[in-house]
Amino acid sequence: MRWWPLGNRDADLERELRSDLELEEEEQREGGLSPDEAHYAALRAFGNPTLIYEQTRSIWSWTMLESFVRDLRISFRTLFRSPGFSLIAVLVMALCIGAATSLFTVVRSVMLRPLPFRDPSHLVMIYEHFRDPAMNAQEFNYNAVAPADFYDWRARTHGFEDMAAARWTQFSLTGGHGELPEQITALGGTWNLFSVLGVNAALGRTFVESDDRTDGSAALLTWSLYERRFGGDPSIIGRKIHLDGNPFTVIGVLPKSFTYPDAGIQLWVPFRAALPPSLLEHHDFHFVHVVARLRPGVSLANALSQVEAVQYQDHLQNLSAPVAEDVASKTLLQDLAQNVQKPLILLLCAAGCMLLIGCLNVSNLLVARSAARHREIAIRSALGARRLALIREQLAEGLIVTVAGGVAGVLLSLAGTRWLVSAWNNLPTAESIHVDGVVLAFACGLVIAAGLVAGLLPALSTTGKASALALQSSTRTAGSQSRTALRRSLLTVEIATTVVLLIAAGLLLRSYWQERNADLGCNPDNLLTMSFSLPAAKYDTPDKVTAFSESLLERLRALPGVRAAGLGSVAPGGGNGGDNVFTIPEHPPITPGSPLPDALYRTADPGYFSALQIPLISGRFFTNDDRAGRPKTIIISRRLAQQYFPGENPLGRHILIGATGENREIVGVVGDTLYQVGKPIMAAMYLPVLDGSVNPWGFGLVVRTNADPLAMAVPIQKVFGELDPQLPVEDVFTLDQMVEHSLGNSSLSATLVLAFAILSLLLASVGLYGVLSYLTTQRTAEIGVRMALGAQRPQVLRLMLGDGLRPALYGLMLGLAAAAAVVRLIQSMLYRTDSLDPVIFAAVAGTLLVVAAVACLIPAWQASRINPIQALRME
Amino acid sequence: MDKRNGLLQGTLDMLILRTLLFGPAHGHQIGKHIQRTTNDFLQMQHGSLYPALHRLEKRGWVSAKWEIAPDRNREFKYYRLTEKGRKQLTVEESQWNKMAEAVARVMGTPVEEI
Repeated sequence: MRWWPLGNRDADLERELRSDLELEEEEQREGGLSPDEAHYAALRAFGNPTLIYEQTRSIWSWTMLESFVRDLRISFRTLFRSPGFSLIAVLVMALCIGAATSLFTVVRSVMLRPLPFRDPSHLVMIYEHFRDPAMNAQEFNYNAVAPADFYDWRARTHGFEDMAAARWTQFSLTGGHGELPEQITALGGTWNLFSVLGVNAALGRTFVESDDRTDGSAALLTWSLYERRFGGDPSIIGRKIHLDGNPFTVIGVLPKSFTYPDAGIQLWVPFRAALPPSLLEHHDFHFVHVVARLRPGVSLANALSQVEAVQYQDHLQNLSAPVAEDVASKTLLQDLAQNVQKPLILLLCAAGCMLLIGCLNVSNLLVARSAARHREIAIRSALGARRLALIREQLAEGLIVTVAGGVAGVLLSLAGTRWLVSAWNNLPTAESIHVDGVVLAFACGLVIAAGLVAGLLPALSTTGKASALALQSSTRTAGSQSRTALRRSLLTVEIATTVVLLIAAGLLLRSYWQERNADLGCNPDNLLTMSFSLPAAKYDTPDKVTAFSESLLERLRALPGVRAAGLGSVAPGGGNGGDNVFTIPEHPPITPGSPLPDALYRTADPGYFSALQIPLISGRFFTNDDRAGRPKTIIISRRLAQQYFPGENPLGRHILIGATGENREIVGVVGDTLYQVGKPIMAAMYLPVLDGSVNPWGFGLVVRTNADPLAMAVPIQKVFGELDPQLPVEDVFTLDQMVEHSLGNSSLSATLVLAFAILSLLLASVGLYGVLSYLTTQRTAEIGVRMALGAQRPQVLRLMLGDGLRPALYGLMLGLAAAAAVVRLIQSMLYRTDSLDPVIFAAVAGTLLVVAAVACLIPAWQASRINPIQALRME
Repeated sequence: MDKRNGLLQGTLDMLILRTLLFGPAHGHQIGKHIQRTTNDFLQMQHGSLYPALHRLEKRGWVSAKWEIAPDRNREFKYYRLTEKGRKQLTVEESQWNKMAEAVARVMGTPVEEI
């Protein structure tokens, strides 16, 4: 077998066929035919030389690959001939594939990938669950667990291999040598927590049972703290660090992959360490998160029912305290992803819709282009081109666009994923989100699917049996009806999907707008907030705490540029910040077993309410006399008054606070504030901050300034430095920033969905424009005839406009119907916004119609400008 | 390959090999020869002849060379049977004979006996 370069063999074959054909011709001439006749007779006898050439050539070549390469080459050439179209198509695919890939990356990491623990499917979180529906509405259906309940569960059930608990805490971290203090978020975990999770220390060891005691002083660093603060120096093991001024010994460093429950956690201490032992005996002080490992062979329902029985006993023994009747469980992954699951899925769906629209659009554009080549294809298939080859060639065009788009899209998604992860607050397992093999495989699948959708539809529609008709028919027949119908239905789907996206985006935006403009109950202008906590070791008496508070306020109020300052706890909009149950001694006792009244637990100094401009409704604010050693007083919010003192004057009544048992007299009622934007108002009670008891949830400072509040941040921090150089101040935000921050995720998802929706709208209008332009060219002759017969230009305009708007209208109706069905799924993400908000629906319908009309107007107008003489002459 | 030709692919290959047994020939001659010897019964379609020739060449049953045709004073691509081709022809001939015999037996059987 001889192998010589393809080129040679091709030339050889061509020469062979030519010489044989010439011979045939010569023989025909010798038979007595004229040269012309001989030529045709020879061709007749010989057959189609090109076809023979191709067929013979294919004997030698690796046909499939070679013809594929040829298809690609042809497609590249076609694409390069119209670089504008190609660039736009590639860009569209890149955006669509990039967005879908990025979101898939995040969704996979957050929701699909197993956690880096041993047998993560056996791990569940267990919560207390209150039966009272009113409590459930306030998200007490998954309530944190009281420590005494946890110890009971662990001791008295055996459906779980083991149970561990963790609690959130904050420390001021200082080194041994006066390094800068730093406020860090830490978790106190029971000694068995790491064995329950199945995680070993990267360096040193994790906790053992003897570490977990009140004076326990072992500390575990997370990898990020180890790298950042201690420079990754392994000799830190065994050394001392100071937490709130107390010495702790570093016993180990957790692995880099361990970012549970989120990457913000810097440090772990034993559960009981630095926790008042009395707290552990409470059944009604809910601050513990319980994680349990199911015993193999035991069903979750079975194991939970045991826990539930224990919990119900605890409930019965503490009928006058908020001890839940039931328990509820979640898988660990659900627990971590609970806040992001819905928005993520929504975004993934939106990106998917956009991808679909992008594919349909590229497909639509390709149909339009192939329509121009309709005759060419018909001629080629008449000359013997096989349908498969023609389909392959057109498919190649779609594939090139999608593959180029896919490559660009994957690159785009690398940046997009990074951006998304950084823009999203508190995304669980954010550390481990990255593009990997599975994601790439997903992207490849996406590209292939997109390429097939984009390329196959036009290929099938132009190459069918009907294509032969194109030869017989002239363009006068306005193209194949089925193809136009196909394009119209593609367009209808495109527009319907766009409408759904637009409506979802509109609803999310409206909900965000509602949240953003929600009345916090105070004046947020020029308001700076910050928080700090006083280490109990140093501020060990109420007098010391009060002295600090008073001198802080005194100095702040004297600071130039400060209009007012107030000391309390969490500022409005700053989150739940702790709540407590209470009873009203003047009221008949609550029937045992029914839920206890519950209110947000806040502190305030005499100037706090005026600094925030929270209105006084009745009674008085605190005075400097409301402090330790004086009669115990309390101020309640309007909601508390309405809810628990309906039709009576709360002033002079008392409130008995559940956990501490203090009896306080109500001296004032103040206006309601939102504890969190997007959440309903909760009743609140305010205790005087000057009585020197340390609020377990820390101090919050609010300062109203004359000018830019952030400019005051440094002078204010200097005041802190003068009072206590060891005291870190954190979360320095303006109130607006804080609200914005807390809304960050809803604004992010609203903005992203809106971006997807606008892009889709743009794509759909381009599609609409494309279809109508195509129809116009198809019907040029027909329009010419119409005009020659007396049709007026406005009539033609109306005709074409109607033709283009019809699919838009169908799509709109379909989309509105689909949206009405689909938006119910996002109702839970909406704040004060009805998912069937007529304003949004109307606005979307209006926008779509206007955009569609504009997109149709251009080709319709062009159609009405057709010169009938020219149009008819074109035939 | 080409369904428009009534011949089975292997049969055409055999006919070409058999034609080349008389000596080297170019494509045109081969086609004409087959057509003539079958009294124009087999209308040689070039569409299948050349692919078949090249297939045979690829398999090494024939070899090709540009040679001057004595009567035309021009170069044509002449195919000639190789040793391998000769063996192949024997194989195909015997297969064909068996086949023809079998077919003939069926076709020759009186109808009543079935």
